[in-house]
Amino acid sequence: MTGHDDLPVAARTRQLEERLIAAGLTSDDEIDEFLTRLYTKASPVNGARMVARAWTDPRYRDLLLSDGDAGAAEMGFGDLTYGLRVVPNTGSAHNVIVCTLCSCYPVSLLGPSPGWYKSFAYRSRTVREPRAVLAEFGLALPPDTGITVWDSTSEARYMVLPARPDGTGELAEDDLAALVTRNGLIGTALL
Amino acid sequence: MGGQTGFGPVPVGESGDPPFAADWEARVYALATMLRRRGVFNSDELRNAIERLPPDRYLAASYYERWLAAIEMLVREKGVLP
Repeated sequence: MTGHDDLPVAARTRQLEERLIAAGLTSDDEIDEFLTRLYTKASPVNGARMVARAWTDPRYRDLLLSDGDAGAAEMGFGDLTYGLRVVPNTGSAHNVIVCTLCSCYPVSLLGPSPGWYKSFAYRSRTVREPRAVLAEFGLALPPDTGITVWDSTSEARYMVLPARPDGTGELAEDDLAALVTRNGLIGTALL
Repeated sequence: MGGQTGFGPVPVGESGDPPFAADWEARVYALATMLRRRGVFNSDELRNAIERLPPDRYLAASYYERWLAAIEMLVREKGVLP
């Protein structure tokens, strides 16, 4: 440990940042540009648009389920190296994603991850007792619904393709996308 | 989580809005991304460094405090700063 570990975290962060900038490893402009993009572009609206397209276009659904990164690229979310795998919910099979190791998550498509996704409780318990964890989100699945838990890594990230709600046959793609929630894309909610 | 249990209920109210509780958390997240882009470390090395923090420190720290400590550790180990 070095002395700066005793500083308050904000000061430690600033000190690290200044040293990295001085070493030419990044710049204030690069950091600001990255954070601006994160705040303005990374959103569950992106994943929701992919879901709505998959609900309305069987060819796109096949692409999305066979090659998630390619499915994202076709909707304009290119350059992803998530190894994205999209897992479809049905009436009898439910999917939920977690990262037991830390917090891998398709941020570009779902936005910054919620605090609970990064919590020790969610990470440790989802793989052991998913039904109990989902109940804490208010999601009580029928006992005969199978639950598959997908544990994310830096090489494989997941997004749930929720089941299309009943009675939405008349809706246009944009209206369908508006039905898709962030938690629906993680699998901690139904639509 | 190394198979540990006993962390209680999921804090479902932590919705992630706003995504960062303080500006320094966003800066830590950004620095991690920049250092990955520069090839200083990859995601697995960052995660491994987080898991190598002393257990008492790991459990007492907040999420982004763990990231900050891990980045500081990796930067030291890699010798990328003068």
